[in-house]
Amino acid sequence: MSFGLEPLIAIFLASQLRKTLKSEGISSPWSQYLLYAFYAAVAVICLGFSGFGHSLFITLLGHLLIFALAALTFTRDEFKTNRPLVTSVIPYVIITFFSDIIEKVFVNFYNDYNEFFESAQWFAILWFGAMWFINRRQGKALEIERKKRRDEEEQNRMMAAMKVNLEGEVKQRTAELTKQKEELQQALTELKSTQAQLVQQEKMASLGELTAGIAHEIQNPLNFVNNFSEVSIELLDELKDGPFKNLPEDSLQEANEIMHDITQNLAKINQHGKRADAIVKGMLQHSRATTSKKEPTDINALADEYLRLSYHGLRAKDKSFNAAMKTSFDENIGQVDAMTQDLGRVLLNLYNNSFYSVAEKKKLIGDGYEPTINVSTKLIKPAQGGSIVEITVADNGLGIPQQALDKIYQPFFTTKPTGLGTGLGLSMSYDIITKAHNGELKVETKEGEYARFTITIPAVSN
Amino acid sequence: MKILVVDDEVDVQPLFTQRFRKEIKNGEIVFTFALSGEEAMAYLEENHSEVILILSDINMPGMSGLELLKNIRSTYEKPPPVVMMITAYGDDENYKQSMELGANDFLTKPLDFTNLKEKLKHIEQ
Repeated sequence: MSFGLEPLIAIFLASQLRKTLKSEGISSPWSQYLLYAFYAAVAVICLGFSGFGHSLFITLLGHLLIFALAALTFTRDEFKTNRPLVTSVIPYVIITFFSDIIEKVFVNFYNDYNEFFESAQWFAILWFGAMWFINRRQGKALEIERKKRRDEEEQNRMMAAMKVNLEGEVKQRTAELTKQKEELQQALTELKSTQAQLVQQEKMASLGELTAGIAHEIQNPLNFVNNFSEVSIELLDELKDGPFKNLPEDSLQEANEIMHDITQNLAKINQHGKRADAIVKGMLQHSRATTSKKEPTDINALADEYLRLSYHGLRAKDKSFNAAMKTSFDENIGQVDAMTQDLGRVLLNLYNNSFYSVAEKKKLIGDGYEPTINVSTKLIKPAQGGSIVEITVADNGLGIPQQALDKIYQPFFTTKPTGLGTGLGLSMSYDIITKAHNGELKVETKEGEYARFTITIPAVSN
Repeated sequence: MKILVVDDEVDVQPLFTQRFRKEIKNGEIVFTFALSGEEAMAYLEENHSEVILILSDINMPGMSGLELLKNIRSTYEKPPPVVMMITAYGDDENYKQSMELGANDFLTKPLDFTNLKEKLKHIEQ
């Protein structure tokens, strides 16, 4: 062999390795080094042409380059795919290496066995051709396989991305559903409480109507009871002043005694008849609550006036009673359309109850307890427009027991002893506020500590 | 003075006669009773010139007190009898209607007899 193919093989190997790097998409400093190897191989070829081709040094340099490149495929993973290519050239490389060495060093030996070396070289070339052919086919199949794998990987990546996406969506949907569920649950709770309220209102309404009906029916007979008892007392007086005087002394004494008893009985009938009459009047106010007209009313003045009225009414009955009254009026309220008399009655009821409650507590506890009534008014501007007047009557009295709380607006429900309360005050107040004023009457209380009634009515200011 | 009391309640009659016992005994007042508006109209047809005062309930079955009042005002112009309406319901509507129809007065049950006696004295004068 006068002319070495080694540098060409080196160029071929270097460019193949670089191609591999490029097609695998790996950025590595080896790309640069392979380029140097490529230039080195080109340099070796140029030196060969310039006449140094037969020097041992140049030949060895070509061999060394090929060995280095071949070793690269067995030492570095990124060039693994080029191993079959290298194995196909390796026989030729080794044979030429030895034949070159022998040619240069043992010239005689080489000349003797020249034919052997040449046939070995040819064998190596054939080997290379066959191997290269097989490799190409294998490479193609491998390439297809690799492409498939790449597609699969791509698909997997897409699926993973879709999965992440889907999971996000599921999470979002779940959150939405949970939110909806909570909203529905809240709506349900609200509906339930509204329903309960409606049932309660309906009960109240029918009770109120019933009460008014009963009152009308009772009123007439009761009038007779009262009228007849009165006229009977008068008649007895006439009897005493007239015919009785003609009775003999001994029977007059007894007759007068009996007469006295009858008069007293009649007075009792009349007294209790009047009591019943007062109750009936109270009941009738239920039905009349809605008949009066609304007029511009100074809520603050009304609240103040009736507070004083209630307090002095109680003081008139019980001189020892005293209570602190605290008022806080919102001056922005001004005039509000309301049924002045009826609203006054409601306030009076609430005040009377509060004063009664603190008075009872004072009796129980005595010193150290300060009976206090707080009255406040407030103008509220809700977000949905309009304005609302809120009147709060709070006391630090006995409060309302839990089991009584449901019944306080029922007609005839009272916790006061017989004769002190008709059980119509709050029932009527409830009607006046809710029906006649489209407002609300609410209570907050803790037994033994406080009771706070809050009236809210829509304010139509003038 | 002749007074016609119109009320569907029978017990009103002893109440009036007892209340005005002295006046009836002295012949100052004569009471006549009617249990319905129709009965009152029938009675008035015969004796309208004698009746000076009519006391009528409003809520009665059949002809109501207000209808009776209307009938009286349209039938008897001379001399016009004094008509006082009595009702258990002292509501504005009844009062307004009574006054529009020409009632002389409006009383509420239970009747205040002392007050009524005062009014009768005024009519006599």
